[in-house]
Amino acid sequence: MSTQLRPALVLFAALSVVTGIAYPLVVTGIAQTIFPERANGSLKVVDGKERGSRLIGQPFSAPGYFWSRPSATSPAPYDASGSTGSNLGPTNPALVTAVHDRVATLRQADPTLTELIPVDLVTTSGSGLDPDISVAAALVQVNRVAAARGVPAERLRQLVQALSQGRTLGFLGEPRVNVLLLNLALDRLRP
Amino acid sequence: MTALAVVQLVVLLGAIVALAKPLGIYMARVYEGRPSGLDRVLGPVERFLYRIAGINPGDEMGWKRYAVAMLLFNGLGLITIYALQRLQGMLPINPAHLPAVAPDLAFNTATSFATNTNWQSYSGEQTLSYLSQMLGLTVQNFVSAASGMAVLVALIRGIVRRTASTIGNFWVDLVRTTLYILIPLSLVLALALVSQGVVQTLAPYKKVALVQPVVIDQPKLDAAGAPVKDAQGNPVTEKVTVTEQTLAVGPAASQIAIKQLGTNGGGFFNTNSAHPFENSTPLSNFLEVLAIPLISAALCLTFGEMVRDRRQGWAILAAMSTIFVVAAMVAISNEQAGNPLLTKLGVDQHVSATQSGGNMEGKEVRFGPAASALWAATTTGTSNGSVNSMHDSFTPLGGLVPMAMMQLGEVVFGGVGCGLYGMLAFVIVAVFIAGLMVGRTPEYLGKKIGAFEMKMASLVILITPAVVLLGTAVAVATAAGQAGASNPGAHGFSQILYAFTSAGNNNGSAFAGINANTQFYNFMLGLAMFFGRFWAKVPILAIAGSLAAKKLTPVGAGTLATHTPLFVGLLIGTVLLVAALTFFPALALGPIVEHLQMLAAAH
Repeated sequence: MSTQLRPALVLFAALSVVTGIAYPLVVTGIAQTIFPERANGSLKVVDGKERGSRLIGQPFSAPGYFWSRPSATSPAPYDASGSTGSNLGPTNPALVTAVHDRVATLRQADPTLTELIPVDLVTTSGSGLDPDISVAAALVQVNRVAAARGVPAERLRQLVQALSQGRTLGFLGEPRVNVLLLNLALDRLRP
Repeated sequence: MTALAVVQLVVLLGAIVALAKPLGIYMARVYEGRPSGLDRVLGPVERFLYRIAGINPGDEMGWKRYAVAMLLFNGLGLITIYALQRLQGMLPINPAHLPAVAPDLAFNTATSFATNTNWQSYSGEQTLSYLSQMLGLTVQNFVSAASGMAVLVALIRGIVRRTASTIGNFWVDLVRTTLYILIPLSLVLALALVSQGVVQTLAPYKKVALVQPVVIDQPKLDAAGAPVKDAQGNPVTEKVTVTEQTLAVGPAASQIAIKQLGTNGGGFFNTNSAHPFENSTPLSNFLEVLAIPLISAALCLTFGEMVRDRRQGWAILAAMSTIFVVAAMVAISNEQAGNPLLTKLGVDQHVSATQSGGNMEGKEVRFGPAASALWAATTTGTSNGSVNSMHDSFTPLGGLVPMAMMQLGEVVFGGVGCGLYGMLAFVIVAVFIAGLMVGRTPEYLGKKIGAFEMKMASLVILITPAVVLLGTAVAVATAAGQAGASNPGAHGFSQILYAFTSAGNNNGSAFAGINANTQFYNFMLGLAMFFGRFWAKVPILAIAGSLAAKKLTPVGAGTLATHTPLFVGLLIGTVLLVAALTFFPALALGPIVEHLQMLAAAH
């Protein structure tokens, strides 16, 4: 055993340096050189001002904005320093109550809303930071946003379609719209 | 299950098989010390490491010496991660100024990473400094994976060698795995992930102003920082306007690459690969899910190459792939079907051109139910344990799949190294059962399987279920254990069963609502991880030593061919039978009851 001690200690130290320091630093160096914008969090800059990350959702509750998905982070929704899901089981009464209340809130904010509500708009995401909603979830909000902003609903539908993303290579991922980018585009829309 | 989901599954399996062959042959060259190409660049580094460590690469070890070296090395890792966490407040590279980690949590995390489990009782962005993540966790992601692969290669040598007393040199296997296999693959994957938006920076957390400030209810704190309670004892809340968002960033991509490839699974962020900075796009998701089984699948072909009969490797890979496809399909169809309790509330869960539909609680829109369920089956069959969705919120049968995949013993591709050596233990049992049926001494690849090998293989297969079921029993029988369940009823039991299944099998995923950062769970699950890992590894090395010492038995008329579809079927049957007999009663109490309750409530 004592003859094994030197290889164990030396190799542990050496491999720690190689994999724990050299490897992440090399990756950081290359990433910062080739993909500086992405390696630092894909920040969306508008008129020289950082408005958030394209990859991290933000909470919206005003009727004139498209709402993001509910978020389970606490105490503030979309707290990007403490990601978490709700971890509510499928038969947990708390889940059923929460979804029921969210459906009611959406219908209250838009009395013309009679369609079924797309599931992603009334459930929390895995990270609590989901930047996207489904295209369907954006479209059911169009009437509310249009009424609040006084713009034709058709124009908003076009905006949603223009910003929606399809499946990568035709089969990876799901149809979606980035809520932050959609709302920033909304703010720049000329009435 | 939609057509597009089928395409995702087929493309994933196709990519695994297509990449497994070249990688498997390459790894065989590395382990046999033949020229691999990279040795021309990294050879000097390898020899330098041997020189400073005083290692003679030609010095062969018997199985006991090999086991001592492995345990010594893993023990050092355990102590180091523990120390790093306890001292991180005083150490550099800690821009978020995170304080020392509590002793029970530090013990749990140290065991978790040294055993290749990567159970996350901690919350990455709120608990661990950049230094602890890099020098503690990332290092173990490499070396705990390498030590699993080393044990496998030792077992393969035991099968190949005749009347030999040694099974290789642990230090050489460790260094070669790290330098020639894990680092190059990780480097490529890490950069591919950054190209998709996964963060990689040493800069501190970033603050941005919210586009729309929000008003929230926040618990009111007194001067000492304790929550203020009203006369009825309820916490008092106050309205606060939140105007900015703190974006946790860090050197994530480098750790994510190895956590996927080395079947480690411990995330940089709390929500692992559901976090957009850890898994940004559908393409990054595909690369990450492909990386999970890649090395384990390729090792089957390394095995075929080293025993000089590639058909043996393909047969085992076929058995693994068959179970995988069935499990993935069950999980995907249940998650795409959605939660019937929500349908009644006026919620649309149908798949359409504008939405993924299905059960979206705990899932990200960019992945949807198909890619989330596919990931769940992959990560649990392989002892990886990273997640891109919250398994706790899966439908009952969708959540049964990840649990059952771990309970099979992590052999559906399995962890790097340990998946195949676990499967070879099942192979030994399978040839033994076949031998009993025809009344012949069982043999595998020319080696007679005796009572000693059978005893050791049984130990490997039975230790983990014992740890899982005993641990669950203790937890549900004690107040401290029951307190962990965050969901009521059958689902609460499932959370506890999942936790011990995950820890005992060194998976690391969770029904994450469980309140596991308590002294009880940190300690109990730490023990489960420890025994699950090392008590299985040592008998495997004993089998390796015993097989190496045996003579080669010539193939005769009564020899059972172990590369045929018949044997693949027998092997699958053995794996399923052992797991079903062991775990069906427990599964019936958890997910199966919950499924029936859900159907009843929906009507």
